[in-house]
Amino acid sequence: MQQTALYQRHLQAGAKMVDFAGWEMPIHYGSQLNEHKQVRSDAGLFDVSHMVIVDIHGPGAKAWLQKLLANDIARLTTPGKALYGCMLNPDGGVIDDLIVYYRTDTFYRMVVNAATRQQDMDWMQQQAAGFDLTLTERSDLSMLAVQGPNARTKALSILPPDQAAKAADLKPFFGVEIGEGFIASTGYTGEDGFEIMLPHAEAQQAWDALLAAGVAPVGLGARDTLRLEAGMNLYGNDMDQTTSPLISGLGWTIALEPEDRDFIGRSALEAEKAAGVKQRLAGLVLEGKGVLRSHMRVICSNGEGETTSGTFSPTLGKAIALARIPVASGDGCEVDIRGKLVPARIVRPCFVRHGKSVVAS
Amino acid sequence: MSMIPKDLKYTASHEWVRDNDDGTVTIGITDHAQELLGDLVHLELPEADSEYGLEDAIAVAESVKAASDIYAPVSGTVVEVNEAVLDAPELVNTDAYGEGWLFTIRLDDADELQELMDATAYRSMLEEESGEDGDGDDDDDFDDNDEDDDDYADDDDHDGDKRK
Repeated sequence: MQQTALYQRHLQAGAKMVDFAGWEMPIHYGSQLNEHKQVRSDAGLFDVSHMVIVDIHGPGAKAWLQKLLANDIARLTTPGKALYGCMLNPDGGVIDDLIVYYRTDTFYRMVVNAATRQQDMDWMQQQAAGFDLTLTERSDLSMLAVQGPNARTKALSILPPDQAAKAADLKPFFGVEIGEGFIASTGYTGEDGFEIMLPHAEAQQAWDALLAAGVAPVGLGARDTLRLEAGMNLYGNDMDQTTSPLISGLGWTIALEPEDRDFIGRSALEAEKAAGVKQRLAGLVLEGKGVLRSHMRVICSNGEGETTSGTFSPTLGKAIALARIPVASGDGCEVDIRGKLVPARIVRPCFVRHGKSVVAS
Repeated sequence: MSMIPKDLKYTASHEWVRDNDDGTVTIGITDHAQELLGDLVHLELPEADSEYGLEDAIAVAESVKAASDIYAPVSGTVVEVNEAVLDAPELVNTDAYGEGWLFTIRLDDADELQELMDATAYRSMLEEESGEDGDGDDDDDFDDNDEDDDDYADDDDHDGDKRK
């Protein structure tokens, strides 16, 4: 199993380590609930070094990304700006979701999921034929995420003044080089904060400095409950190669304009739209007792669906889920929790922003 | 190694049983079990007066991570359930053998108690399990019904969408 540069630090912090996509990663450091609350109320530190950073260099980079991604890289005109989107197969299924940072028209940086690393790299290499570019995996970089209402202040406090100034100027969803590293105002929690890529030795120093600044380590367990409260999709749960973005709450990441941009999966999506999209990804809030999990049957007024991710929301004090259900299914449903039908409310799939519930009570 | 009080009996599925010496037993889940489950957020407990056979699924413990069945360590009739843990499931995490008790059962057959493990046997079993999987604290050795199989071990990660 692979270990990140921060492995010893996880053990020192009392982490319980688990296998995550071939990486030995911290699931929690004692209490997942406390770590979740720490991020909502103060600041938490995540090691996300298992994620895959890929640099794309070359005159063909832009044209290639316009073919590869359902979102349009041409939307990025300011250096540092980030774009979230999906890489589709020809059937419109999602190979992976990812972020691309725009550096120049001949240099983009992409971050993809650890669990899909091999399929992503194979697919990208295959599609790169005929384009003048190179793909470079940056396994020399670690990646930290600092998230929470106090994350910004605490992260800036450990950076050298010139780097802190650059980071402080970042608008939401932008990134900038700091020395050999890179810092971006992105995250996976619905809170303010940064994601920071650094050479391994620097990442170790940054980890120590952030802990000293009062940022608490947070495991992958809380990372999952935080992202679900924020209504953010998890690849493999909420979408995969068999589901299109249109039924995965990701329609907003598809750029059909300009019409002549022939990205992979485009014709499948157009056909799906023409035939009428049958399902949508909705949010559920459980009204009764119990905890929602993935793959539970959802009974709506106009048909059945299934939860794709579910958990107990520490912020709401209720169970929440993302569920793929028939379109136009109204505002109530029932979920089959181990044979018992429990009522749930259908809501917009975003439950918590900046520490507070955004679900109407 | 987690706490294993000497005066209790244990099952292979990590329930503990206290003989109240009046024909009833008190039942909960072990410290090891709560460690494996992580923070508990919901419990489904049996109704008083309901009857259960040996090893019937009698209750469900849900943590942030997973739902796990709790099995009747003895056959009998439920006398009392711990209402306090319904409101505060974290009591099972903080005091598994005390305030985190789950329910009491009137025994059908006191001899069934003899079939349960004592503290020494339970400890040996945990040590054996931890020897087998190498780290002594692996989720997969817990006998649960984890329907969503969502133990983060092989799920995919994701770097975020940031719809700010």
